[in-house]
Order: sequence, then C-alpha cells, then structure tokens
Amino acid sequence: MSTLALIIVQLMNGIQLGVMLFLMASGLTLVFGLMNFINLAHGSFYMIGAFIASSAVLWTGGFPSALVIAMLGTGLVGLALELGLLRHLYRKSHLQQVLITFGLILVLNELARIIWGALPVALRIPDFLSGSVEIMSGETYPVYRLAILAVGLLVALVLYFIINHTRAGMWVRAGASDRVIASAMGVNVGLVFSLLFAFGAALAGLAGVMAGPILTVQVGMGEPILILSLVVTVIGGIGSVRGAFIASLLVGIVDTFGRVLLPPALGSMIIFVFMAIFLAYRPQGLFATGR
Amino acid sequence: MPRSNKISAIGTVASIAAAAALAFTAPATAQNRELKIGVVGPFSGPSAGAAQQVLDGFMLGVEINGSKLGGLPTTVIREDDQLKPDVALQAVNKLIERDKVDVIIGPQYSNTLLATQRTMTEAKIINISAVAGPSQIAGKQCSPYFFSASFQNDEAHEVMGLYLQKKGVKRVYLLAPNYPAGRDTLNGFKRTFKGEIVGEVYTGLSQLDFAAEIAQIKRAKPDAVYVFYPATFGINFTKQYGQSGLIKDIPLYSASSIDESSLPAIGDVAIGTFQSTSWNFDTNVPANKAFTDAFVKRFNYRPTFISAYAFDAAQMLNAALTTVKGNLADKPALIAAIEKADFKSVRGKFKFNTNHFPIQNYDLVEVVKDSSGKLVQKTVATMQTDYTNAYVADCKMPKP
Repeated sequence: MSTLALIIVQLMNGIQLGVMLFLMASGLTLVFGLMNFINLAHGSFYMIGAFIASSAVLWTGGFPSALVIAMLGTGLVGLALELGLLRHLYRKSHLQQVLITFGLILVLNELARIIWGALPVALRIPDFLSGSVEIMSGETYPVYRLAILAVGLLVALVLYFIINHTRAGMWVRAGASDRVIASAMGVNVGLVFSLLFAFGAALAGLAGVMAGPILTVQVGMGEPILILSLVVTVIGGIGSVRGAFIASLLVGIVDTFGRVLLPPALGSMIIFVFMAIFLAYRPQGLFATGR
Repeated sequence: MPRSNKISAIGTVASIAAAAALAFTAPATAQNRELKIGVVGPFSGPSAGAAQQVLDGFMLGVEINGSKLGGLPTTVIREDDQLKPDVALQAVNKLIERDKVDVIIGPQYSNTLLATQRTMTEAKIINISAVAGPSQIAGKQCSPYFFSASFQNDEAHEVMGLYLQKKGVKRVYLLAPNYPAGRDTLNGFKRTFKGEIVGEVYTGLSQLDFAAEIAQIKRAKPDAVYVFYPATFGINFTKQYGQSGLIKDIPLYSASSIDESSLPAIGDVAIGTFQSTSWNFDTNVPANKAFTDAFVKRFNYRPTFISAYAFDAAQMLNAALTTVKGNLADKPALIAAIEKADFKSVRGKFKFNTNHFPIQNYDLVEVVKDSSGKLVQKTVATMQTDYTNAYVADCKMPKP
C-alpha cells in the first residue's frame, strides 16, 4: 500500500468516525442549545436503537426495515421520556439535570439488561452491504463503512435543509437564539421541544443501528460515544448543527491520525488535548448561537 | 405427559426447591457446621455476563454435589465489585467480617484481585481465582491461601508464541489494549516468540473502532496478527478485522479474547480465527462431557472457559474438604489437601505447582461452523503439555 493510499484510507476512516459522531452530536447540541438542557442519557438512545434493530432484524428479516423500526422506536422512547419526565427538568439547574439524566442512564441500562440480557447480541452487516470494493487501484474499503459515510452525509444534508429552509427549522433557530422572544412571537415552544427531542433521539438511534454491525451491541454501549459527542458539541458551539458537523469531522480525523501517528498514551487523549487547545482560543466553540 | 415423566418432573421441582431451601435459608446456627462461600465479580456493568458465567459454573459445581461441598451444607453469597478495586475491597471486607465466609472465589480481574488478595490472606480466607492470574501473585506475592483454578495471565500467550515460532511464522503484528494486562500479555508472547515483531500497538481503553489500526496492519503485511482483546474489545476487533477481508491473507490468533459467548455477537467473520486455551467445550475427557451436558441442561447456554474453571474450583474444594472430613478449622491441613488437587478436572490433566498455579495442557482451537450451523470453537492441536508459568521461581511460599 502506498503512503498516499494509506493517508486516503485513514482520512476516510476519520470522516466515517466523524459522521457517526455527528449523528449523535446533532441531537445533543440542538437539545442543549434550544432547551438549555443537558441530557446525559442521549447515549442510551444510541444503545436502544441498536437493540431494537437487533430484534427487528429477527422479526422482519431485513436491515432497512429494522433501521426504520429502530429509528421510530427510539424516537417514541425519546418522546415518552420528554413528555413524562424530562420536560419538568428544563427549569432546574444544570447540576440537577446532570444528576437525573445520569440516573436515567442507569435505569435504561438495567431495563435493556432485563429485556435483552447481559450478553452482547448480534447485529449483522446486511448481505447487500457486505464485502469490500476497490476505491483506488489495489485498495479496497468495506462497503458497509462507505454506507455509514453516505448515511451520515445524507443526514447532514437533510438537517441543513430542514433547519435553514423550512418553517420548523426557523422555529428551532429562533428558539435556540432566544427562547423567550420566540415564544412571545407565537412559536409553540413546548411542541417544538418535544418533537425536536424525539427527532434527536431517533438520530441517536440511527447512529446506534449503523454502529451495531461493526461494534458490540450490549448494555452500556452508549457511554463511550456520549463522551466523544459531548466533546463535539462543545467544540462545535452549543446549539449549532453546522458547528457540530464540522467539529465531528475534525474530531474524527484528529482522533484517527492521532492514534496512528502518536504513542498510545498521547494518541488516546489527543481529542481532549485538541479540545483544550481549541477552547483556550475560542471558548464559545466554532459557531455559538446567541446565548 | 405420561405419568412417570410427571412424577419425575415433580421430583425434580421438589429437589430443586429443597436444594434452594438448603442453599439460601440454612440458619447460621445449624447443628452441622456449614460452609459459606463468597463469589466476587463485576455483576453490574459491561462485564456482568462474565461474572454470571463464573457464578453459574461454580453453582453447578456445588449443586452437582447436592448443594454440599465435602459434606458441608454450602451457602454461596454473591458480591458485586463493579470492576472497581475500592468496591472490591469493600465487598471482600463485608464477606469476611459480616458474613464470616470461609472461602472467596474471585475477584475476577487482575486489578480487583490484586487490591484484595492481601486482605484475604491476612484474614486466612481460602481464595480461589477462576479467572485472573496476575504475575505478582504467581511470583513474589504468592500466598498459601491463594489458589488459581485458571492460569497465570501470560501462559496462553507464551504458548501461542511458541506455537507460531514452531510453525515457521516469521513476521507478527501485535495489538492489545493500553493497560497493564495488555502489556503483560504481549510481553508473554514476546518472551517465547523469537521472530520479527513488525508492529506492536496499544490502543486506548475507550477505543471502539479499529479501522485505522487495520489499515496500518494491511500496509505492514505481516504473516500473522496476534491480539489480546478481552470481552467487548475482542468482539469489536474481530468483527472489524473479519469485515476488512484481511483475514484470508493474514490469519488472526488470540488468547482470552474470543469465547463461545461472544461468537454469536461476532458472527461468521470469526470463522478461521485461532485461539490458545487450556479448556475448550470439546476437550475430550469424561469429566468435561459430564460438565458440559449438565451445564447446558441447567443454564441453557454453552459454558465458556471461565465457567469451566469455576466448576473446577468447586470440585477441588469438594475433594479437599472431603479429605479433611469437613474440618474448616485446620487451615494448614485444608491447604495441603487442596494442593493435592485430587479431583477430575474438566481440562483433563491438572496439578498445582509450588506457587499454587496450575500445570496444564494448552490447545489450539479454531472457530468453525458445526453441523447445525452454529459457531463453535474446535480443538485442532495440542500446543503444549504440562505447561506452567514463568514466575514460579520467584515464589517462596510461606507457611500458612
């Protein structure tokens, strides 16, 4: 493998990790920005998505249908949690939000253990996405990882369109900039919150489904990715989807090259070093919304 | 249902109920001396599956003897250590002081075991490990009260190093997580493998995706890849390595990374990978056939190597307590009886070395599909016989 080919492959690996993070971080940053609400249980939606998909594949036999069921299911779980519990927390302090949503992680993990068991469950690459394709002469890349790339970029495009070119997107932007004024201007902020929360949960569920076939589907799988998503959210600027997208790709690429080029101790903390340096110069993140 | 079946079913239910009553409600003031055993492991969190496998293996070993070990009615108390050394120490102290246990099985991981082993030795508690075998306890920190029913951590890796060396493999690429056990295991491999190490990579403990590392392997073109990736790491790495298609040209070898509980989650891409182990489901001895049959019947899943070692822990205790006629007070006599290892191990040959770690055989197993399409590990070769750890010379075993 030539050095150039290796760099290109690693760049693709980095971008692919980035778009996975983006699926998680976009929901997190919108909820944080719009509702000023820190939801540590966002990683649980990722886990729930993967688990529902693993069961849905058994019922329906198909990966695409399982993906849709998992997204809908995760969205519904998100909606139920928002309506039943989380909306009562918006006026509480961040510390209380962190404590309660941390407790929610433990509860959801135990529920998942009761339903799906303590052992990892299977979620396979569907046949039509298995194998590798040649991307350069003599260089192959797994088809499924290309599919992750495509799904992530597609979601980014759809989000861009919704947020910048639709009425719903306008409400979200207005709410993120100034909740009180938006409410005074006739935006039903409560409804927007609920739907947005469910939508964010569904995206996290989608990330879980896409990650399932390459990672381990098991209880607690949401926590490691949650930490990286929080890093992305902070670097991107809280509330900014555009910021989250660019930050996701940056974090994905920096992490991938950091691991390959640096000694292991430094390689595994490179993202946090990157975040610290970045925030020292730009504490509000890449694109901060008016807050 | 025919009448005879019904009666035997009722009999089974009754005997289970009786066993449960014996195991869980035997009063502390029973006339006969009873045996209390604590099982410590990470019963919550991502490793809960492994903790349960150890407990199941041990419980089967107790139940198969009529819920008695060495004739003593046996109570098993389960303690969760959350895989944290400080919590493990609390759990062990609670078992010793409040529950007044005689024996502790575990803790299961090297970090939790090392944090608690001195406390157990000072309290003169018989301590059997069914999983971790840290080099410290095999060497300078060896204790008369400690016994390993499993292995010293480095063994399986040293054996694989010897095997690949003998097989004529020249260039090997190594990977492990960046923590003490990761470094120990790869050092174990390098101790015996004298060929070229073309890459030695330690990955972060929070790392899930190995695409970048796999691209580097592809560039280095080694003859073989050797990894130590326990539990979730093993599933992630094996899945991704299999998906990359490299496995056809560069075979994947490992130890303590893949077992039959993780195979369903990995899927067909695990086929053709090789592991080093001292026990396998198909280990061909009568004691193992009896164990695997009883285990599958009782728990409805296939036991893994840690269940097998935990079962052996119960059997070696049973044999030793029978020898001393259930006398728990005379610790030196009990220790001497355990040292004899006069029981039928599910791995066949089993002896204790002077540092209370096993002398045992190591086999090469390969992941294959059995006739029913299920992924299993098949024994393909014996790599070493009567193998023992490298630390035995460092252990000056004190008197109990």
